[in-house]
Amino acid sequence: MASITLKNVVKRYGTGKTAVPVIHGVNADIKDGEFIVIVGPSGCGKSTLLRMIAGLEEVSGGDISIGDRVVNNLEPAQRDIAMVFQNYALYPHMTNFENMAYGLKIAKVPADEIKQRVDKAAKILELGHLLDRKPRQLSGGQRQRVAMGRAIVRQPKVFLFDEPLSNLDAKLRAQTRIEIQKLHNELGITSLFVTHDQVEAMTLAQRMIVMNGGVMDQFGTPEEVYNTPATTFVASFIGSPPMNLLKNAPGGKAGQILGIRPEHIDIVASGGWEMQVITVELLGAERLVYGTVGGEMVTVRIEEAHSFPKAGDTIRIQPREERRLHWFNAETGKRI
Amino acid sequence: MVDRRPWITVLSHLVMIVGVLIVAFPLYLAFVASTHTADAIVQSPMPLLPGAHLWENYQAALFGSGKLGSNTNVMHMMWVSFVTAMVITVGKIAISLLSAFAIVYFRFPFKMLCFWAIFLTLMLPVEVRILPTYKVVAELGMLNSYAGLTLPLIASATATFLFRQFFLSVPDELVEAARIDGAGPMRFFKDVLVPLSKTSVAALFVIQFIYGWNQYLWPLLMTTSEDMYPVVIGIKRMLAGGEAAVDWNIVMATAIVAMLPPAAVVMLMQKWFVKGLVDTEK
Repeated sequence: MASITLKNVVKRYGTGKTAVPVIHGVNADIKDGEFIVIVGPSGCGKSTLLRMIAGLEEVSGGDISIGDRVVNNLEPAQRDIAMVFQNYALYPHMTNFENMAYGLKIAKVPADEIKQRVDKAAKILELGHLLDRKPRQLSGGQRQRVAMGRAIVRQPKVFLFDEPLSNLDAKLRAQTRIEIQKLHNELGITSLFVTHDQVEAMTLAQRMIVMNGGVMDQFGTPEEVYNTPATTFVASFIGSPPMNLLKNAPGGKAGQILGIRPEHIDIVASGGWEMQVITVELLGAERLVYGTVGGEMVTVRIEEAHSFPKAGDTIRIQPREERRLHWFNAETGKRI
Repeated sequence: MVDRRPWITVLSHLVMIVGVLIVAFPLYLAFVASTHTADAIVQSPMPLLPGAHLWENYQAALFGSGKLGSNTNVMHMMWVSFVTAMVITVGKIAISLLSAFAIVYFRFPFKMLCFWAIFLTLMLPVEVRILPTYKVVAELGMLNSYAGLTLPLIASATATFLFRQFFLSVPDELVEAARIDGAGPMRFFKDVLVPLSKTSVAALFVIQFIYGWNQYLWPLLMTTSEDMYPVVIGIKRMLAGGEAAVDWNIVMATAIVAMLPPAAVVMLMQKWFVKGLVDTEK
């Protein structure tokens, strides 16, 4: 187990004048034993960042340290890490036991210790009866567990997960998510988990790094990211349905964007703002009212049991509390 | 097959049966000829059913009978053919695996140049290359030797391309997982790539073995002593009887014997192909 320190980490593809920067200086201090989620849309650089920490991509600038060592120039095998890939990356011609044992075999760990470690990992992941089969005989979820077993037996300082749940169906995703959480509670190894799914991020993270266009927009706990988003991007990315962002909010100053989450708006009899209802959707336990306020789209979330407007109605809405209002600079997108 | 016209099935079977007959008939005739005496064969019409001299003909063919035509021991020629074919096959597969590995997984200066150079050799037919190759082999003193018979034929562009295409289809994550596991390039090659290439290797083995076994032009050019002749040359030399009558029955027996090893290789390797085709999944 070790801490990870990212100091001004930069990644460029190509060299010289035509180099394309994809990561523009990320700074983060990750404590020993933390479960960190790196979340962001496709192309934001999260996988690239993870791969730089793993040693699969070269670092163009800045330092990456695992524990006290700067690992920029170390091969992946020397960094004491283990990685779980999106496509499992199991060796198809080896049995599951051999898959998990391969890294240890190369490190010349004695055979009985290998067996001990693999059996222990298999027990934690409930794979004991599958050790003699080949990966192709397993389901997707089982394969991912073998991949996790391969990571566990290495007893690394850091676990790296590269969108490991993206290839699983929805139900399996939820199950495996819980298993990953259990694993972290049991083993307590520093973990970095990359995903584009904000639900995974909110449920798994002790702290999360929200990335956008190669820049780290915010690094905080799920509560912080949800309650005090640092930029308009974080505000609209975290939370479903996404936060309403109004450029010309009633009562707002010019050059400022008001953010208010759909779940923090009430429908009132009088006062507040006027909203033209366009459509209402029933989602089971809640209803989403879509409409316009001063020409801008607004979404309001109301409980299913409450009375609700129809399309074409004019209603009045009001933010529930002052503290639920978020103000952002319209130019920079940053929180005021 | 949702075909409601059974006569098409009958027709297709008929066509295939006719095809098999056309291909197999000469082989059958050769076998029949190898079981008669020389005089019985040259009579017309040629007998169509096997005769009674099978064992003595094959004995004479395999162990040399001291009669007319070539005196060479066919067993020895079979051995020369076998060694040549095996060395060519194993050599080709080993070299092509390694060159495809280098081309796909490494960056090195002049990489594209090497790639295109290999590709260019495909455009040169054997007949163009054969005289310069002969000169080089002669100067190296490799005439009339196993080395001379096999080395010039070992480098292969087609095998390299076959493996290259296969290696390109191996997912990148496998390489990365191996890197994280601490496997260096050669370790990765030995533990992951080669086992995964088994089907391609089996397919190439069959093709190259038959190619090596059937080599005629090159051995003809560069061997002069009878104990370095492969069996295909031996058969031809049996026909150079000159004034004496040709022992067709012995010749046919030799031909049949010469066909057996390649046929055996194909049959043995078939098991591997099918297994490999069924097993594909990464």
